[in-house]
Amino acid sequence: MAKYIVKRIAQALILIIVVACLTFLLMNLVPGGPFLSEKSPSPEVLAAMEAKYGLDQPLPIQLKNYIFHMVHGDFGVSLKMQKNRPVILIIEEMFPISAKIGLIALLIAVSIGIPIGCLSAYYRGTRIDSALRVVMTLGISVPSFVIATLLLLLFCVKLQWLPSIGLTSWQHYILPCAALSFYPMCYTGRLARSSMLDAINQDYIRTAMAKGASTKAIIFKHALRNALIPVLTFLGPLTAFILTGGFVVETVFSIPGLGRYFIQSILVRDYPIIMATTIFLAALVIFMNLIVDIMYRVVDPRIDITKGGN
Amino acid sequence: MKKLLILLLSLCMVFTLSACGGSDDEEAAGGDGVLNVCLASEPATIDPALNSAVDGATMIQHTFEGLIKWVDDGSGKAVHAAGVAESWDISDDGLVWTFHLRDSNWSDGEPVTANDFEYAWKRLNDPETAADYSYMIAPVKGFGTDELAAVAIDDNTFEVTLISPCLYFEDICAFPACYPVREDIIEENGDAWITDPATYIGNGPYMMTEWVHNSYIMMEKNPEYWDTENIKCEAIKFNLMDDQNAIYAGYKNGDLDYVEDVPADEVPGLLEAGTLQFFPTLGAYYVIFQMENAPFDDVRVREAFSLVIDRNFIVDKVTGAGEKALDGFVPAGISDVDVEGDDFRTVQGPFYSIDPDDYEANCDKARELLAEAGYENGEGFPVVEYLYNTLDSHKAIGEALQNMWQEELGVTVTLANQEWGVFLEERKAGNFSIARGGWIGDYNDPMTFLDMFTTGNGNNDAQYANTEYDNRIDAINAELDPEARMDFLHEAEEQLIGEDVVVAPIYGYTHKYLVSEEITGIYANLFETVFFGQCEGM
Repeated sequence: MAKYIVKRIAQALILIIVVACLTFLLMNLVPGGPFLSEKSPSPEVLAAMEAKYGLDQPLPIQLKNYIFHMVHGDFGVSLKMQKNRPVILIIEEMFPISAKIGLIALLIAVSIGIPIGCLSAYYRGTRIDSALRVVMTLGISVPSFVIATLLLLLFCVKLQWLPSIGLTSWQHYILPCAALSFYPMCYTGRLARSSMLDAINQDYIRTAMAKGASTKAIIFKHALRNALIPVLTFLGPLTAFILTGGFVVETVFSIPGLGRYFIQSILVRDYPIIMATTIFLAALVIFMNLIVDIMYRVVDPRIDITKGGN
Repeated sequence: MKKLLILLLSLCMVFTLSACGGSDDEEAAGGDGVLNVCLASEPATIDPALNSAVDGATMIQHTFEGLIKWVDDGSGKAVHAAGVAESWDISDDGLVWTFHLRDSNWSDGEPVTANDFEYAWKRLNDPETAADYSYMIAPVKGFGTDELAAVAIDDNTFEVTLISPCLYFEDICAFPACYPVREDIIEENGDAWITDPATYIGNGPYMMTEWVHNSYIMMEKNPEYWDTENIKCEAIKFNLMDDQNAIYAGYKNGDLDYVEDVPADEVPGLLEAGTLQFFPTLGAYYVIFQMENAPFDDVRVREAFSLVIDRNFIVDKVTGAGEKALDGFVPAGISDVDVEGDDFRTVQGPFYSIDPDDYEANCDKARELLAEAGYENGEGFPVVEYLYNTLDSHKAIGEALQNMWQEELGVTVTLANQEWGVFLEERKAGNFSIARGGWIGDYNDPMTFLDMFTTGNGNNDAQYANTEYDNRIDAINAELDPEARMDFLHEAEEQLIGEDVVVAPIYGYTHKYLVSEEITGIYANLFETVFFGQCEGM
């Protein structure tokens, strides 16, 4: 197992460098630049700015310099959004905010999503199942900006029960967490339902039933564990994405998180922020996938992750 | 064992991701005496020399003070008043300005001296600083060289020598880029001096006490400010937001007292209710023609396209937020030679009629011009494209223009929108036929709208190249007599719009805002900088 983990980490590092190179190339292919604005700076000022940030160098040199500095932990400074502020500081500041909301949303999604999925499977074909399926389908088909805006309108503007701006008290967390968790909750629920249905049709469940095991034992001991594998697969990348922030939810509730910053950085061509946030997200996704792979093995001992093919 | 491993792995996942978790947000300041404002999202910088945004300028105006400051004339309009300079003398030839500084302090208690101004102006002039607005001090002798003629004679005397008399030099002295900054702080802390309240030392009526990035900037009254007893608002919280609906929701539920960005759908209702208010501003919305390529290399085509624009329809039915139809490029509000008399726009007069009754006549003339250019009833006219940056309001205007050109001239115009960064690059490179344009003036002089059309200017997106026009702008810069200079400025606009139709002006911008009913004392200048120091009623 240790050998496997070391191998995966080595692969991950290579993958991160590849992601960095690809992002760098794509970013530079997009027209526009960080110093363009309605009022152009003079050519002298523009040249001074490009020289200051090393953008006057040929692209391969810029890439080489970037990778060199990146390996040494230097991700550069923001060119536009927080002019001259080290990008690493910005991420250190923004990520915990996104992660906190994301973590709460993830806990809500998992702790409600899996039970409702199981419940729906257990009561398959009944009214309970139909009602839950309607909610879950609604959850995965309504975009988050609609949910977020509706919540904002209802609870902040009409009822005025909850505050709308920032994150300065526990009440501020309610709406963003609710909005952010709705989609993954419903998606997890649907996944849990279908894999639970698969599991309870398996021979070993029939055997368990024939042996007279209680419903509780069948569901929780035998079916749930196997039903969780597809959910786990989904949870890995989801965790990475949800923790790095939901752009829409952060924008609607004015939360100073990383998700909002990531999108804004692309719009204003703040190259170092685009690079650092992409690399950070990639690293997180890779790390989460590794953890999920290890968890597979724990959940289902039949899976041998060291041999690949999972 | 397995359960333990699951638990450990899950904890590992949770811990890794929450390890970076910062401390809980502290309860933000709020309540009595705090004015909650939302201008825009996070400012890129609040360094006076580096800022080039309107929201950044407003924040800087509260934390710094220049030689000259802006005060309320009693009607909500900002006018010049003595700032750090208690008085100033101007030499007879108008070239040497000597400022006598009052005794005043920085927010850390250190005295403000003329050396602070000399450092700030020379820093602005230094190409290494890479300041967008360095050109604001272009009228100063030695601009762009190491010999900038802005020097401290002694601690309380600052002297500036100009290349030629500059009618708007007071505006320049009141412009944020020209505010004093502390050499010791900047040299010691580098670029980071602006982000830490401990090093963001200003000399203005407020001092920054907290900056939660992408969330809010808190400013409280500066007890060291020389006129602090006349500052009424105790604290200002600049909320940093960018979603129009969220901003409006914040205003509606009382979290925000003053907002500017209002969802377009809400504007008609707010106008009807009388809650949407306006400050005068110096801004123009216009259409740019690419003059290098056919068919817009022909002035008759450009004029035809300009004449059939029903500007009243656009401001009444499309934008509908109090904009004023433009009959020239320099918008109303810029002074003519007699600052107390009619403004530049009124003195110049219209280049085309914007009277609704004359619209048909304008269209007839446009069709004649197009026919003269060889495109009778639009026949043979190539399909041209109108380019704008992706935004609903620009799209609505684009559709109205497309309809007018097609209906009145019989030509085919397609619409294309591009993301902001792409649009800027394409427009700058001249890769368009017709494009949207917008400009906000920097100082109260027609030159702020006219000098961008000189050959090769970075903002000359029309690719206009006319030596006669360039010479005229040079002559204006060299002219010592204010009256003769103003005549030249009128001639320049006549050439730009009346003769060459480089752009088709549409309307003058408005600076709209919503403010809570109980709050009074907000005022703004023509450059969209808003002042909150005299606010009461929070």
